[in-house]
Amino acid sequence: MLFLIRFAQIHESFRLAELKALAELECEDLKIAEHDDKNPFCIVEMSSVEASKRVISRSILAQSIHELWGSGSTLNELHEDIKSILPDRGHLYKDASFKFEVECFQGTRSKKARMEIIHSLAYLPFEGPIKMKDPQEHFTIFEYWPYQSVFLGIENPERLYFARFVGGTSRDIVHKYDLKKRGYISTTSMDSELALVTANIALADSGKLFFDPFVGTGSFPIACSHFGATTWGSDIDGRSLRGDGKDKSLKGNFSQYGMKERIGDVFASDLTNTPLQLRRIWDGIVCDPPYGVREGLRVLGCRDPLLKPWQLELSKKNYKEPDYVPPKKPYSFYAMLDNILAFAASTLVDNGRLSFWMPTANDEDREIAIPEHPRLQVVSVCTQVFHKWSRRLITYRRVSDAEVSPAALQAFAVRQQVTVEGRTADELNPFRNEYFKGFNSEK
Amino acid sequence: MKILSLNFLTCAVKACKTSPNSYPLHPKDAELVQDELGLKPEMIISVLPRIDWEALKSTCSELGFPALPEAAPTKEELENDEKILKDLHHLLLETSISEGKLVCGNCGHEYAIKEGIANFLLPGHLV
Repeated sequence: MLFLIRFAQIHESFRLAELKALAELECEDLKIAEHDDKNPFCIVEMSSVEASKRVISRSILAQSIHELWGSGSTLNELHEDIKSILPDRGHLYKDASFKFEVECFQGTRSKKARMEIIHSLAYLPFEGPIKMKDPQEHFTIFEYWPYQSVFLGIENPERLYFARFVGGTSRDIVHKYDLKKRGYISTTSMDSELALVTANIALADSGKLFFDPFVGTGSFPIACSHFGATTWGSDIDGRSLRGDGKDKSLKGNFSQYGMKERIGDVFASDLTNTPLQLRRIWDGIVCDPPYGVREGLRVLGCRDPLLKPWQLELSKKNYKEPDYVPPKKPYSFYAMLDNILAFAASTLVDNGRLSFWMPTANDEDREIAIPEHPRLQVVSVCTQVFHKWSRRLITYRRVSDAEVSPAALQAFAVRQQVTVEGRTADELNPFRNEYFKGFNSEK
Repeated sequence: MKILSLNFLTCAVKACKTSPNSYPLHPKDAELVQDELGLKPEMIISVLPRIDWEALKSTCSELGFPALPEAAPTKEELENDEKILKDLHHLLLETSISEGKLVCGNCGHEYAIKEGIANFLLPGHLV
Protein backbone atom coordinates (compact mmCIF):
# COMPACT_ATOMS: atom_id res chain seq x y z
CA MET A 1 0.00 0.00 0.00
CA LEU A 2 1.21 3.50 -0.78
CA PHE A 3 1.19 6.27 1.79
CA LEU A 4 1.97 9.94 1.66
CA ILE A 5 4.01 11.34 4.52
CA ARG A 6 3.71 15.06 5.08
CA PHE A 7 7.08 16.19 6.47
CA ALA A 8 7.93 19.49 8.08
CA GLN A 9 10.27 21.29 5.70
CA ILE A 10 13.22 21.31 8.09
CA HIS A 11 16.28 19.09 8.76
CA GLU A 12 15.63 17.41 5.41
CA SER A 13 18.65 15.12 5.49
CA PHE A 14 17.44 13.58 8.78
CA ARG A 15 14.02 12.52 7.48
CA LEU A 16 14.76 9.19 5.88
CA ALA A 17 17.16 8.15 8.64
CA GLU A 18 14.41 8.76 11.20
CA LEU A 19 11.74 7.08 9.10
CA LYS A 20 13.86 3.97 8.48
CA ALA A 21 14.74 3.74 12.17
CA LEU A 22 11.06 3.91 13.15
CA ALA A 23 10.19 1.22 10.60
CA GLU A 24 12.95 -0.95 12.06
CA LEU A 25 11.55 -0.46 15.57
CA GLU A 26 8.15 -1.66 14.35
CA CYS A 27 9.70 -4.47 12.26
CA GLU A 28 7.93 -3.05 9.25
CA ASP A 29 9.30 -3.45 5.74
CA LEU A 30 9.21 0.14 4.48
CA LYS A 31 10.11 1.12 0.94
CA ILE A 32 10.68 4.70 -0.16
CA ALA A 33 8.86 5.23 -3.44
CA GLU A 34 9.33 8.99 -3.94
CA HIS A 35 11.46 11.35 -1.90
CA ASP A 36 13.09 14.67 -2.59
CA ASP A 37 14.67 16.93 0.02
CA LYS A 38 12.89 19.92 -1.50
CA ASN A 39 9.46 18.29 -1.39
CA PRO A 40 7.72 17.80 1.98
CA PHE A 41 5.45 15.12 0.49
CA CYS A 42 7.14 11.74 0.48
CA ILE A 43 5.59 8.53 -0.88
CA VAL A 44 6.35 5.26 0.88
CA GLU A 45 5.13 1.71 0.73
CA MET A 46 4.06 -0.19 3.86
CA SER A 47 2.07 -3.32 4.52
CA SER A 48 -1.09 -1.88 6.09
CA VAL A 49 -2.82 1.21 7.44
CA GLU A 50 -2.30 -0.02 10.99
CA ALA A 51 1.44 -0.52 10.43
CA SER A 52 1.78 2.92 8.89
CA LYS A 53 0.09 4.52 11.93
CA ARG A 54 2.43 2.72 14.32
CA VAL A 55 5.57 3.59 12.37
CA ILE A 56 4.80 7.29 12.05
CA SER A 57 3.39 7.84 15.54
CA ARG A 58 6.85 8.50 17.03
CA SER A 59 8.15 10.65 14.21
CA ILE A 60 9.41 14.13 15.04
CA LEU A 61 10.10 15.34 11.51
CA ALA A 62 6.83 14.15 9.94
CA GLN A 63 3.56 15.92 10.58
CA SER A 64 1.10 13.29 9.39
CA ILE A 65 0.61 10.19 7.27
CA HIS A 66 -2.09 9.70 4.66
CA GLU A 67 -3.31 6.79 2.57
CA LEU A 68 -2.44 7.73 -1.02
CA TRP A 69 -5.38 7.62 -3.44
CA GLY A 70 -3.63 9.09 -6.44
CA SER A 71 -0.97 11.43 -7.76
CA GLY A 72 -0.11 13.21 -10.99
CA SER A 73 1.60 16.16 -12.63
CA THR A 74 -1.70 17.77 -13.60
CA LEU A 75 -5.18 17.76 -12.11
CA ASN A 76 -6.40 15.54 -14.98
CA GLU A 77 -3.64 13.01 -14.33
CA LEU A 78 -4.58 13.04 -10.67
CA HIS A 79 -8.24 12.34 -11.50
CA GLU A 80 -7.28 9.43 -13.78
CA ASP A 81 -5.13 7.95 -11.03
CA ILE A 82 -7.89 8.30 -8.42
CA LYS A 83 -10.48 6.76 -10.74
CA SER A 84 -8.28 3.71 -11.26
CA ILE A 85 -8.44 2.76 -7.54
CA LEU A 86 -12.05 3.81 -6.90
CA PRO A 87 -13.57 0.38 -7.57
CA ASP A 88 -11.46 -0.98 -4.67
CA ARG A 89 -11.81 1.81 -2.16
CA GLY A 90 -14.67 4.17 -2.98
CA HIS A 91 -17.46 2.12 -1.40
CA LEU A 92 -15.59 1.82 1.95
CA TYR A 93 -16.32 5.45 2.77
CA LYS A 94 -19.79 5.73 1.27
CA ASP A 95 -21.59 6.70 4.48
CA ALA A 96 -18.79 8.29 6.50
CA SER A 97 -18.82 11.97 7.35
CA PHE A 98 -15.94 13.70 5.61
CA LYS A 99 -14.18 16.89 4.73
CA PHE A 100 -11.87 18.02 1.92
CA GLU A 101 -8.92 20.34 2.07
CA VAL A 102 -6.40 21.75 -0.38
CA GLU A 103 -2.85 22.21 0.90
CA CYS A 104 -0.37 24.07 -1.29
CA PHE A 105 3.35 23.99 -0.59
CA GLN A 106 5.27 27.01 -1.95
CA GLY A 107 2.18 28.15 -3.85
CA THR A 108 -1.20 29.75 -3.23
CA ARG A 109 -4.74 29.15 -4.41
CA SER A 110 -7.63 31.53 -3.98
CA LYS A 111 -10.62 30.27 -2.06
CA LYS A 112 -12.50 30.03 -5.34
CA ALA A 113 -9.77 27.96 -6.98
CA ARG A 114 -9.70 25.62 -3.98
CA MET A 115 -13.45 25.12 -4.20
CA GLU A 116 -13.16 24.38 -7.92
CA ILE A 117 -10.56 21.68 -7.27
CA ILE A 118 -12.70 20.15 -4.55
CA HIS A 119 -15.80 20.22 -6.78
CA SER A 120 -13.86 18.54 -9.57
CA LEU A 121 -13.78 15.49 -7.28
CA ALA A 122 -17.59 15.28 -7.26
CA TYR A 123 -17.43 11.85 -8.89
CA LEU A 124 -16.23 10.31 -5.60
CA PRO A 125 -19.04 8.08 -4.29
CA PHE A 126 -19.27 9.74 -0.87
CA GLU A 127 -22.82 10.15 0.37
CA GLY A 128 -22.13 10.90 4.02
CA PRO A 129 -22.51 14.37 5.58
CA ILE A 130 -19.80 17.00 5.15
CA LYS A 131 -18.43 17.97 8.55
CA MET A 132 -15.69 20.55 8.78
CA LYS A 133 -15.15 19.73 12.45
CA ASP A 134 -14.13 16.20 13.50
CA PRO A 135 -15.19 14.35 10.38
CA GLN A 136 -14.71 10.59 10.26
CA GLU A 137 -12.60 10.88 7.14
CA HIS A 138 -10.32 13.72 6.17
CA PHE A 139 -9.21 13.97 2.53
CA THR A 140 -6.53 16.34 1.31
CA ILE A 141 -5.35 17.47 -2.11
CA PHE A 142 -1.64 18.21 -1.65
CA GLU A 143 0.04 20.43 -4.20
CA TYR A 144 3.78 20.76 -4.57
CA TRP A 145 4.63 24.03 -6.32
CA PRO A 146 8.06 25.02 -7.71
CA TYR A 147 10.24 27.26 -5.55
CA GLN A 148 9.15 30.92 -5.60
CA SER A 149 6.02 30.15 -7.65
CA VAL A 150 4.18 33.21 -6.43
CA PHE A 151 7.06 35.54 -7.23
CA LEU A 152 7.65 33.99 -10.67
CA GLY A 153 3.94 33.91 -11.51
CA ILE A 154 3.89 30.14 -12.08
CA GLU A 155 0.28 29.03 -12.58
CA ASN A 156 0.33 25.31 -11.91
CA PRO A 157 1.85 23.03 -9.33
CA GLU A 158 4.54 20.53 -10.23
CA ARG A 159 2.92 17.57 -8.54
CA LEU A 160 -0.50 16.81 -7.02
CA TYR A 161 -1.55 14.13 -4.57
CA PHE A 162 -4.88 13.05 -3.14
CA ALA A 163 -4.83 11.19 0.16
CA ARG A 164 -6.89 10.16 3.18
CA PHE A 165 -5.62 11.09 6.64
CA VAL A 166 -4.47 8.06 8.62
CA GLY A 167 -2.48 9.21 11.62
CA GLY A 168 -0.53 11.92 13.38
CA THR A 169 3.01 12.04 14.72
CA SER A 170 4.89 13.14 17.84
CA ARG A 171 5.94 16.48 16.38
CA ASP A 172 4.02 18.36 19.08
CA ILE A 173 6.27 17.07 21.85
CA VAL A 174 9.07 19.24 20.47
CA HIS A 175 7.31 22.07 22.30
CA LYS A 176 6.90 20.08 25.48
CA TYR A 177 10.68 19.63 25.69
CA ASP A 178 11.49 23.13 24.44
CA LEU A 179 14.73 24.33 26.06
CA LYS A 180 13.11 27.68 26.88
CA LYS A 181 10.71 25.90 29.20
CA ARG A 182 13.27 23.51 30.71
CA GLY A 183 14.34 24.26 34.26
CA TYR A 184 18.03 23.58 33.83
CA ILE A 185 20.06 24.03 30.64
CA SER A 186 23.55 25.16 29.64
CA THR A 187 25.08 26.93 26.64
CA THR A 188 25.52 23.69 24.74
CA SER A 189 22.21 21.90 25.44
CA MET A 190 20.93 20.23 22.27
CA ASP A 191 17.62 21.65 21.07
CA SER A 192 14.68 19.42 21.79
CA GLU A 193 13.78 18.67 18.17
CA LEU A 194 17.20 17.33 17.20
CA ALA A 195 17.64 15.53 20.51
CA LEU A 196 14.34 13.71 19.94
CA VAL A 197 15.28 12.89 16.34
CA THR A 198 18.60 11.52 17.62
CA ALA A 199 16.73 9.34 20.13
CA ASN A 200 14.53 8.01 17.31
CA ILE A 201 17.47 7.27 15.04
CA ALA A 202 19.29 5.51 17.89
CA LEU A 203 16.16 3.34 18.43
CA ALA A 204 15.50 4.44 22.02
CA ASP A 205 12.61 2.39 23.35
CA SER A 206 10.94 0.98 26.41
CA GLY A 207 13.10 -1.49 28.33
CA LYS A 208 16.33 -0.34 26.70
CA LEU A 209 19.44 0.97 28.45
CA PHE A 210 21.05 4.12 27.03
CA PHE A 211 24.24 5.97 27.92
CA ASP A 212 25.55 9.46 27.17
CA PRO A 213 29.25 9.97 28.02
CA PHE A 214 29.04 13.77 27.59
CA VAL A 215 25.72 14.23 29.30
CA GLY A 216 25.97 17.88 30.37
CA THR A 217 22.49 18.93 31.43
CA GLY A 218 20.88 15.80 30.02
CA SER A 219 19.36 16.77 26.65
CA PHE A 220 19.83 13.31 25.13
CA PRO A 221 18.82 11.22 28.16
CA ILE A 222 15.63 13.27 28.41
CA ALA A 223 14.82 12.61 24.74
CA CYS A 224 15.66 8.90 24.97
CA SER A 225 13.68 8.50 28.17
CA HIS A 226 10.69 10.16 26.57
CA PHE A 227 10.56 7.12 24.29
CA GLY A 228 10.84 4.79 27.29
CA ALA A 229 14.55 4.08 27.61
CA THR A 230 16.31 4.12 30.97
CA THR A 231 19.30 6.39 30.67
CA TRP A 232 22.70 6.80 32.29
CA GLY A 233 25.10 9.64 31.76
CA SER A 234 28.51 10.89 32.74
CA ASP A 235 30.39 14.13 32.31
CA ILE A 236 33.88 15.31 33.13
CA ASP A 237 32.28 18.36 34.74
CA GLY A 238 30.42 17.21 37.82
CA ARG A 239 28.96 20.68 38.34
CA SER A 240 26.88 20.39 35.18
CA LEU A 241 25.20 17.27 36.55
CA ARG A 242 24.59 18.61 40.02
CA GLY A 243 23.33 22.08 39.18
CA ASP A 244 21.98 23.52 42.41
CA GLY A 245 21.27 20.03 43.71
CA LYS A 246 17.52 20.64 43.68
CA ASP A 247 15.20 21.56 40.79
CA LYS A 248 17.89 23.14 38.67
CA SER A 249 19.83 19.96 38.06
CA LEU A 250 19.86 17.11 35.59
CA LYS A 251 17.66 15.01 37.86
CA GLY A 252 15.43 18.04 38.36
CA ASN A 253 14.83 18.10 34.61
CA PHE A 254 13.65 14.49 34.72
CA SER A 255 11.30 15.36 37.58
CA GLN A 256 9.98 18.32 35.60
CA TYR A 257 8.87 15.94 32.84
CA GLY A 258 7.56 13.31 35.27
CA MET A 259 10.17 10.73 34.24
CA LYS A 260 12.03 10.20 37.51
CA GLU A 261 11.88 6.43 37.14
CA ARG A 262 13.64 6.53 33.77
CA ILE A 263 16.94 7.99 34.86
CA GLY A 264 19.50 5.36 35.79
CA ASP A 265 22.35 7.38 37.23
CA VAL A 266 24.69 10.19 36.37
CA PHE A 267 28.26 10.44 37.59
CA ALA A 268 31.39 12.48 37.03
CA SER A 269 33.92 10.67 34.88
CA ASP A 270 36.08 11.03 31.82
CA LEU A 271 35.63 8.72 28.83
CA THR A 272 39.40 8.17 28.54
CA ASN A 273 39.41 6.87 32.12
CA THR A 274 35.92 5.47 32.40
CA PRO A 275 34.81 3.51 35.45
CA LEU A 276 32.26 1.62 33.35
CA GLN A 277 32.98 -2.02 32.74
CA LEU A 278 33.80 -2.81 29.15
CA ARG A 279 31.12 -5.42 28.64
CA ARG A 280 28.02 -5.50 26.50
CA ILE A 281 25.62 -3.38 28.56
CA TRP A 282 24.10 -0.66 26.39
CA ASP A 283 21.38 -0.75 23.75
CA GLY A 284 22.33 2.70 22.64
CA ILE A 285 24.99 5.36 23.14
CA VAL A 286 24.11 8.90 22.12
CA CYS A 287 26.24 11.97 22.58
CA ASP A 288 27.36 15.35 21.37
CA PRO A 289 31.06 15.36 22.21
CA PRO A 290 32.78 18.69 22.94
CA TYR A 291 34.34 20.16 19.80
CA GLY A 292 36.67 22.47 21.67
CA VAL A 293 34.90 25.59 20.39
CA ARG A 294 32.20 26.54 22.84
CA GLU A 295 33.42 24.11 25.46
CA GLY A 296 36.97 22.90 25.96
CA LEU A 297 37.92 19.43 24.84
CA ARG A 298 39.79 18.22 27.87
CA VAL A 299 40.53 14.95 29.56
CA LEU A 300 42.07 14.01 32.89
CA GLY A 301 45.82 14.31 33.19
CA CYS A 302 48.67 16.77 33.72
CA ARG A 303 49.62 18.79 30.67
CA ASP A 304 53.38 18.85 31.21
CA PRO A 305 54.29 16.10 33.67
CA LEU A 306 57.97 16.34 32.73
CA LEU A 307 58.26 20.12 32.78
CA LYS A 308 56.15 20.57 35.87
CA PRO A 309 56.70 17.55 38.11
CA TRP A 310 55.39 19.51 41.08
CA GLN A 311 51.88 19.13 39.61
CA LEU A 312 52.01 15.43 40.32
CA GLU A 313 53.36 15.98 43.81
CA LEU A 314 50.59 18.45 44.50
CA SER A 315 47.99 15.98 43.31
CA LYS A 316 49.44 13.20 45.50
CA LYS A 317 49.36 15.52 48.50
CA ASN A 318 45.91 17.01 48.02
CA TYR A 319 43.71 14.49 46.27
CA LYS A 320 41.84 13.49 49.40
CA GLU A 321 40.79 17.07 50.16
CA PRO A 322 37.07 17.61 49.54
CA ASP A 323 37.68 20.64 47.30
CA TYR A 324 40.42 18.98 45.23
CA VAL A 325 40.01 19.56 41.49
CA PRO A 326 41.88 17.04 39.31
CA PRO A 327 44.11 18.55 36.60
CA LYS A 328 42.90 18.34 33.02
CA LYS A 329 44.74 18.66 29.73
CA PRO A 330 43.67 19.48 26.15
CA TYR A 331 42.97 16.45 24.03
CA SER A 332 42.81 15.63 20.34
CA PHE A 333 39.38 15.64 18.75
CA TYR A 334 40.30 12.67 16.52
CA ALA A 335 41.56 10.70 19.47
CA MET A 336 38.29 11.43 21.30
CA LEU A 337 36.27 10.17 18.33
CA ASP A 338 38.36 6.99 18.29
CA ASN A 339 37.79 6.59 22.03
CA ILE A 340 34.03 6.93 21.57
CA LEU A 341 33.99 4.32 18.81
CA ALA A 342 36.19 1.92 20.76
CA PHE A 343 34.03 2.35 23.86
CA ALA A 344 30.85 1.78 21.84
CA ALA A 345 32.29 -1.29 20.13
CA SER A 346 33.06 -2.91 23.48
CA THR A 347 29.91 -1.92 25.36
CA LEU A 348 27.01 -1.98 22.86
CA VAL A 349 24.91 -5.12 22.54
CA ASP A 350 24.62 -6.64 19.06
CA ASN A 351 22.61 -4.30 16.81
CA GLY A 352 22.87 -1.61 19.48
CA ARG A 353 23.36 1.86 18.07
CA LEU A 354 25.89 4.63 18.52
CA SER A 355 24.68 8.08 17.42
CA PHE A 356 26.90 11.07 17.87
CA TRP A 357 27.25 14.59 16.57
CA MET A 358 30.41 15.76 14.89
CA PRO A 359 31.31 19.11 13.30
CA THR A 360 33.03 19.55 9.98
CA ALA A 361 33.97 22.40 7.67
CA ASN A 362 31.73 22.82 4.61
CA ASP A 363 34.72 23.18 2.29
CA GLU A 364 35.31 19.71 0.84
CA ASP A 365 39.08 19.93 1.24
CA ARG A 366 38.80 20.56 4.93
CA GLU A 367 36.06 18.06 5.64
CA ILE A 368 36.67 15.74 8.55
CA ALA A 369 36.30 12.10 7.52
CA ILE A 370 33.70 9.90 9.13
CA PRO A 371 35.49 7.80 11.76
CA GLU A 372 35.48 4.06 11.24
CA HIS A 373 35.62 0.96 13.39
CA PRO A 374 35.47 -2.64 12.14
CA ARG A 375 32.77 -3.55 14.69
CA LEU A 376 30.57 -0.55 13.83
CA GLN A 377 28.68 -0.23 10.58
CA VAL A 378 27.54 3.22 9.48
CA VAL A 379 23.74 3.28 9.32
CA SER A 380 23.12 6.92 8.46
CA VAL A 381 24.83 10.27 8.18
CA CYS A 382 22.63 13.36 8.51
CA THR A 383 23.89 16.89 8.09
CA GLN A 384 22.76 20.16 9.59
CA VAL A 385 24.39 22.96 7.60
CA PHE A 386 25.41 26.28 9.13
CA HIS A 387 27.12 29.14 7.34
CA LYS A 388 30.69 27.89 7.05
CA TRP A 389 30.53 24.64 8.92
CA SER A 390 28.10 21.81 9.47
CA ARG A 391 27.45 19.26 12.10
CA ARG A 392 26.66 15.71 11.26
CA LEU A 393 24.73 13.11 13.16
CA ILE A 394 26.50 9.83 12.48
CA THR A 395 24.83 6.58 13.47
CA TYR A 396 26.44 3.17 13.63
CA ARG A 397 25.17 -0.33 14.30
CA ARG A 398 27.24 -2.70 16.44
CA VAL A 399 27.62 -5.73 14.20
CA SER A 400 27.95 -9.14 15.80
CA ASP A 401 31.45 -10.50 16.23
CA ALA A 402 30.72 -13.21 13.65
CA GLU A 403 30.28 -10.49 11.01
CA VAL A 404 33.74 -8.95 11.60
CA SER A 405 36.80 -10.26 9.82
CA PRO A 406 39.92 -10.74 11.99
CA ALA A 407 41.96 -9.02 9.27
CA ALA A 408 39.88 -5.84 9.61
CA LEU A 409 40.39 -5.89 13.39
CA GLN A 410 44.12 -6.30 13.00
CA ALA A 411 44.40 -3.48 10.47
CA PHE A 412 42.43 -1.27 12.83
CA ALA A 413 44.72 -2.08 15.77
CA VAL A 414 47.75 -1.05 13.70
CA ARG A 415 46.10 2.24 12.73
CA GLN A 416 45.35 3.01 16.37
CA GLN A 417 49.03 2.96 17.28
CA VAL A 418 49.65 6.25 15.48
CA THR A 419 49.44 8.91 18.17
CA VAL A 420 48.54 12.53 17.63
CA GLU A 421 51.36 15.00 18.15
CA GLY A 422 50.79 18.30 19.88
CA ARG A 423 50.04 19.78 23.25
CA THR A 424 47.87 22.86 22.84
CA ALA A 425 44.17 22.92 22.03
CA ASP A 426 44.85 24.43 18.58
CA GLU A 427 47.45 21.83 17.65
CA LEU A 428 45.24 19.00 18.79
CA ASN A 429 42.00 20.15 17.32
CA PRO A 430 41.98 21.17 13.66
CA PHE A 431 38.27 21.97 13.66
CA ARG A 432 38.68 24.46 16.50
CA ASN A 433 41.63 25.98 14.73
CA GLU A 434 39.70 26.46 11.48
CA TYR A 435 36.64 27.71 13.32
CA PHE A 436 38.49 30.56 14.96
CA LYS A 437 40.17 31.47 11.69
CA GLY A 438 36.78 31.64 10.00
CA PHE A 439 37.56 28.69 7.72
CA ASN A 440 39.53 31.08 5.53
CA SER A 441 43.11 30.29 6.40
CA GLU A 442 45.68 29.18 3.85
CA LYS A 443 46.22 25.47 4.08
CA MET B 1 24.03 5.75 42.84
CA LYS B 2 21.65 2.86 42.27
CA ILE B 3 22.60 -0.71 43.14
CA LEU B 4 22.14 -1.55 39.44
CA SER B 5 24.72 1.07 38.43
CA LEU B 6 27.20 -0.42 40.91
CA ASN B 7 26.97 -3.62 38.89
CA PHE B 8 28.26 -1.80 35.79
CA LEU B 9 31.11 0.09 37.49
CA THR B 10 34.66 -0.79 38.30
CA CYS B 11 37.80 1.16 39.20
CA ALA B 12 38.66 3.95 36.74
CA VAL B 13 42.41 3.37 37.11
CA LYS B 14 43.59 1.63 33.94
CA ALA B 15 46.00 -0.70 35.73
CA CYS B 16 43.15 -2.01 37.92
CA LYS B 17 40.96 -3.05 35.00
CA THR B 18 42.73 -6.38 34.57
CA SER B 19 42.61 -7.26 38.26
CA PRO B 20 39.62 -9.31 39.45
CA ASN B 21 39.83 -7.49 42.81
CA SER B 22 38.75 -4.19 41.28
CA TYR B 23 35.17 -5.35 40.62
CA PRO B 24 32.72 -4.79 42.14
CA LEU B 25 33.66 -1.64 44.03
CA HIS B 26 33.10 -1.89 47.78
CA PRO B 27 30.63 0.52 49.37
CA LYS B 28 31.99 2.24 52.48
CA ASP B 29 30.10 4.41 55.01
CA ALA B 30 27.13 4.15 52.69
CA GLU B 31 23.93 6.04 53.49
CA LEU B 32 21.07 4.37 51.66
CA VAL B 33 17.85 5.91 50.38
CA GLN B 34 14.73 4.31 48.96
CA ASP B 35 12.77 5.97 46.17
CA GLU B 36 9.36 4.81 45.14
CA LEU B 37 9.48 4.39 41.37
CA GLY B 38 7.00 2.92 38.91
CA LEU B 39 7.75 -0.72 38.07
CA LYS B 40 8.48 -1.43 34.43
CA PRO B 41 8.65 -5.21 33.97
CA GLU B 42 10.21 -4.95 30.50
CA MET B 43 13.09 -2.97 31.97
CA ILE B 44 13.86 -5.60 34.63
CA ILE B 45 13.53 -8.41 32.10
CA SER B 46 15.88 -6.73 29.64
CA VAL B 47 18.41 -5.80 32.32
CA LEU B 48 18.59 -9.27 33.87
CA PRO B 49 21.02 -10.84 31.35
CA ARG B 50 23.34 -7.83 31.75
CA ILE B 51 23.70 -8.28 35.49
CA ASP B 52 26.80 -9.90 36.90
CA TRP B 53 24.96 -11.96 39.52
CA GLU B 54 28.06 -12.86 41.56
CA ALA B 55 28.96 -9.17 41.87
CA LEU B 56 25.38 -8.29 42.82
CA LYS B 57 25.40 -10.94 45.54
CA SER B 58 28.61 -9.59 47.00
CA THR B 59 27.32 -5.97 46.89
CA CYS B 60 24.16 -7.07 48.69
CA SER B 61 26.00 -8.91 51.42
CA GLU B 62 28.39 -5.96 51.95
CA LEU B 63 25.42 -3.63 52.37
CA GLY B 64 23.78 -6.08 54.76
CA PHE B 65 20.77 -6.86 52.56
CA PRO B 66 19.00 -10.23 52.74
CA ALA B 67 20.94 -12.83 50.78
CA LEU B 68 20.07 -13.25 47.11
CA PRO B 69 19.35 -16.68 45.62
CA GLU B 70 22.43 -18.63 44.54
CA ALA B 71 21.66 -18.23 40.84
CA ALA B 72 19.94 -15.44 38.92
CA PRO B 73 16.25 -16.01 38.15
CA THR B 74 15.46 -17.06 34.62
CA LYS B 75 13.44 -14.93 32.21
CA GLU B 76 10.44 -17.26 32.64
CA GLU B 77 10.59 -16.99 36.43
CA LEU B 78 10.61 -13.19 36.14
CA GLU B 79 7.67 -13.15 33.75
CA ASN B 80 5.57 -15.44 35.92
CA ASP B 81 6.46 -14.39 39.44
CA GLU B 82 5.59 -10.82 40.28
CA LYS B 83 7.29 -11.02 43.67
CA ILE B 84 10.73 -11.74 42.18
CA LEU B 85 10.14 -8.90 39.70
CA LYS B 86 9.16 -6.46 42.44
CA ASP B 87 12.03 -7.47 44.70
CA LEU B 88 14.56 -6.99 41.93
CA HIS B 89 13.02 -3.67 40.93
CA HIS B 90 13.26 -2.55 44.54
CA LEU B 91 16.86 -3.69 44.92
CA LEU B 92 18.24 -2.53 41.57
CA LEU B 93 16.38 0.69 40.90
CA GLU B 94 14.67 1.92 44.05
CA THR B 95 17.62 1.46 46.40
CA SER B 96 20.52 3.82 46.06
CA ILE B 97 23.54 5.17 47.90
CA SER B 98 23.14 8.89 48.57
CA GLU B 99 26.34 9.52 50.52
CA GLY B 100 29.44 7.45 51.05
CA LYS B 101 32.40 6.02 49.22
CA LEU B 102 33.19 3.29 46.72
CA VAL B 103 36.51 1.59 47.29
CA CYS B 104 38.59 -0.33 44.77
CA GLY B 105 39.67 -3.72 46.16
CA ASN B 106 42.86 -3.60 44.13
CA CYS B 107 44.39 -0.12 44.53
CA GLY B 108 42.34 1.07 47.49
CA HIS B 109 41.33 4.34 45.80
CA GLU B 110 38.13 5.80 47.23
CA TYR B 111 35.49 7.41 45.02
CA ALA B 112 33.16 9.77 46.85
CA ILE B 113 29.40 9.77 46.41
CA LYS B 114 27.67 13.03 47.28
CA GLU B 115 23.96 13.66 46.90
CA GLY B 116 23.70 10.43 44.94
CA ILE B 117 26.29 11.48 42.35
CA ALA B 118 29.60 9.63 42.35
CA ASN B 119 32.85 11.25 41.34
CA PHE B 120 35.14 9.00 39.30
CA LEU B 121 37.59 11.70 38.24
CA LEU B 122 41.09 10.49 38.98
CA PRO B 123 43.75 12.71 40.56
CA GLY B 124 46.71 13.66 38.37
CA HIS B 125 49.07 10.96 39.64
CA LEU B 126 46.66 8.09 38.92
CA VAL B 127 45.87 8.93 35.27
